[in-house]
Amino acid sequence: MSIRERLSGNEAAATAMKQINPDVVAAFPITPSTEIPQYFSTFVDNGLVDTEFVAVESEHSAMSACIGAEAAGARAMTATSANGLSLMWEMIYIASSLRLPIVMSLVNRAVSGPLNIHNDHSDAMGARDAGWIMLFSENNQEAYDNTLMAHRIAENKNVRLPLMVCQDGFITSHSIENIELLEDDKVKEFVGTYKPEHYLLNKDEPIAVGPLDLQSYLFEHKAMQAEAMRNAKQVILDVAKDFEKMTGRKYGLFEEYKLDDAEIAIVCMNSTAGTTKFVVDKLRAQGIKAGLLKVRVFRPFPVDEIANALSHLKAIAVLDKADSLNAAGGALFEDVTSAMYVNNIHVPAVNYVYGIGGRDTKADDIESVYNDLSEIVKTEKIDNPYRYLGLRKEAQK
Amino acid sequence: MDNMIEIRWHGRGGQGAKTASLLLADAAFNTGKYIQGFPEYGPERMGAPITAYNRISQTPITIHSNIYEPDYVVVVDDTLLESVDVTSGLKTTGAIVINTTKSKEYLTKALKGYSGEIYTIDARKISEEALGRYFPNTPMLAAIVKVSKIMTDDELLEDMKGSFKHKFAKKPEVIDGNMKALEMALKEVKKVQ
Repeated sequence: MSIRERLSGNEAAATAMKQINPDVVAAFPITPSTEIPQYFSTFVDNGLVDTEFVAVESEHSAMSACIGAEAAGARAMTATSANGLSLMWEMIYIASSLRLPIVMSLVNRAVSGPLNIHNDHSDAMGARDAGWIMLFSENNQEAYDNTLMAHRIAENKNVRLPLMVCQDGFITSHSIENIELLEDDKVKEFVGTYKPEHYLLNKDEPIAVGPLDLQSYLFEHKAMQAEAMRNAKQVILDVAKDFEKMTGRKYGLFEEYKLDDAEIAIVCMNSTAGTTKFVVDKLRAQGIKAGLLKVRVFRPFPVDEIANALSHLKAIAVLDKADSLNAAGGALFEDVTSAMYVNNIHVPAVNYVYGIGGRDTKADDIESVYNDLSEIVKTEKIDNPYRYLGLRKEAQK
Repeated sequence: MDNMIEIRWHGRGGQGAKTASLLLADAAFNTGKYIQGFPEYGPERMGAPITAYNRISQTPITIHSNIYEPDYVVVVDDTLLESVDVTSGLKTTGAIVINTTKSKEYLTKALKGYSGEIYTIDARKISEEALGRYFPNTPMLAAIVKVSKIMTDDELLEDMKGSFKHKFAKKPEVIDGNMKALEMALKEVKKVQ
């Protein structure tokens, strides 16, 4: 029996960490993820976990401490947002290249500047090529569930990569909602104990971690990282299958919402997918064949699966909550359209940059995207594939 | 979709509008509902206008935006009537609940002719009498429950007793005062005729 509760997204993430009971948590507080290490430190103080909590002086040190702990053979976790992730920058690449399965809760927030503490995905998108597995969460439930699945994926011997669980800052991190929790012993059994193959504190096998790696082999090591990322896809599905057996909650690489018979669809991530479901239901009631593809696994990117799932549509819109400022499309749009191109699938596609710096995304905004898609289907014309959603009128060119 | 109730709270930083929205979410959760309770975060300052929201539904809630067409609006501080468009988008089939002692004429004008139901309550009087201090959120919580009929009076009182016991575990002397504030507010919230 699951436990019916109501928690904020931050409480959900902290609760998952409590039940996982990692060996080490090293964190430095930053809005809106601050509450996660805050709650977790009370669990430590109250003796609810055995974790060594390292209150570091910066995020660079937080990630460094996690790297040290994982290399030593321990299970390490952290949480951060936006500029906190920026300050970890040097170390997040080191974590992935040393193949250390650290798990991080990333509560998405705009990277400054100008200074902004609200939600968008510019922090996560900045880290998309850092070699971390990236899972996105629509709500508190998914932030909790993804965190519970994280170690099984990251620590798998065919993967051994760090993993970040993303959720939207404030929108879900600070919203109280219903959630189904698992009992502590069930989580413990599901997550299992960490048994690293090679680690620094193994006296029977002295090893060096992170030595100089120049022209002769760095390339091969990067190729191995890429191979691990490819392997992660099947492992993510296998772990999801086990999770479904335990909870009844089904997870894939992405969620298809009324997509089967849809003619027009939106592709997006995190909390906006929930608002989009609300709009899809409304449009379906009016006989409009609208659908949604919600990306859960952004890294590794499910190239063939997403291309195939979108192949029957008459038009799609990809929503990016971060602007790549590249005079072209956002990161998700580029990945989706590239996936379709290499699979020889052509569906008219448009990109909307939206929700920057916490600009609220209303149901009406989402509905306007579906209206645009209907227009594209009717006229068979796309005047400009790179668009904004919710930008003030006076700023539109 | 149709069974969902949406509530918007207007208060000033420090008055507990955010806490009240979370308490309402808690109470509705405990009567078996699906809930959302979330504040709109801005630069938080004591005394600055703040907004908080609730969604309450019989079925799971997926929408994650602010609320633009609420069924109910709660105004915790009547000085906001002069500076904030509190009835913006408020459904005329719904109602507004205001902590005020101002006249009907003043309210009609301040609410720009809002044609839905208007309820008032003197949360200051109730709070000072029941608690000896001014904490408007407890009476306003009771008032919105009464007006919106999200749950019965007894369900609210029963549930809040449990919450207060938990919340005020270290200062049990304020539990009775808070319960009294709830009971008084349930009786004293009045429709402006």
